[in-house]
Amino acid sequence: MYGKKVKLRFIFIFALILITILTSYLVLNNLKSNVVYFLSPTEINNLREITNEKLRVGGMVKKNSIKIDSNNINFVITDFSNEIIVSFSGSVPNLFKEEKGVVAEGYLRDKNFFIANKILAKHDENYMPPEVKEALEGK
Amino acid sequence: MFTFFQSDKFLFFCLKYQKLIFYFFVSLLVLGLWEGLIVSPQDYVQGNSARIMYVHVPSAWISLGIFSVIGILSIFSFIFKIKNFLIICKSLAPSGLVFNLIALVTGSIWGKPTWGTWWAWDARITSMLILFLFYFIYLVSFSLFKKSKNLNKISSIIAILGLINIPIIKFSVEWWSTLHQPSSVKILSETSIHNSMLLPLLIMTASFALFSLLIFLMKYNTELIKLRNKRLDRL
Repeated sequence: MYGKKVKLRFIFIFALILITILTSYLVLNNLKSNVVYFLSPTEINNLREITNEKLRVGGMVKKNSIKIDSNNINFVITDFSNEIIVSFSGSVPNLFKEEKGVVAEGYLRDKNFFIANKILAKHDENYMPPEVKEALEGK
Repeated sequence: MFTFFQSDKFLFFCLKYQKLIFYFFVSLLVLGLWEGLIVSPQDYVQGNSARIMYVHVPSAWISLGIFSVIGILSIFSFIFKIKNFLIICKSLAPSGLVFNLIALVTGSIWGKPTWGTWWAWDARITSMLILFLFYFIYLVSFSLFKKSKNLNKISSIIAILGLINIPIIKFSVEWWSTLHQPSSVKILSETSIHNSMLLPLLIMTASFALFSLLIFLMKYNTELIKLRNKRLDRL
């Protein structure tokens, strides 16, 4: 039905798409540790060795764990199976709250202690007016 | 000579109703902005800064949608050498690029008060930046290879390569841990955005879609006139 050239071009495009999908899959899979923006406390726990490299830890701020003294904020990041204590001095974003998502950037002291030099709040995908939130909590 | 223009009656139909589309766009934009900025409530955590979403999310959707269309049309244009598709793609790209830029900029403005940073190299934001680069290279290829016989081939291959990036952007927030939150509006499961906020979002999306349709028609018209002036049936 179609000419030989059309068939050739079809095969070329098919191969091109296949190769690109394969390459991007391989590249992204190998670079996984770089593509991932932050590690969870469990992943920190599973680290084989502690390096001096800068890294990010993310998870939930544990309830009642924020302690503020003169120039330090200490809190616990949890993923509900493992926890890590984070120490930070500086200003935190407005959305930094207990039981909300957080990403801390800094250096690992040991598997349970993290010194952050930057705190980012991680927002979740829930959008609702305050009244609805109150009604939900009332239930 | 211009037989390949006659097949798309739909586009001529749209060109005829360009003004109507424009009025539709303006009224939807006004309605969307009014709904988004005045009627819709504040968010329970973010307060008023959540309203940036009414521009950010539609822009991102439209830029993704336009690139998908360009990519798919490019496959056909490459295999069957349909020149009309190439012109359609060329006319679609500028509004996609602009919406991509708007999504990046508004995201950055939203990120500062919400996350505490203007920019983060997380998977969603980086893949969106890569899409922007693809848009840019795609558009530049038209002026770089203006006189080349291989223009169709080169630009189509760029678009097809960029097409792979689209699912990566879409699923980046699910595959990897990112700073960017997962999608609130879902097709298969329940959306996690309240209806009073979903409505302006959808109206704004419709108005942005009409805007890109309008820009597309203008560009397409210009391309046709250029071709007619050149008395050529190839680009």
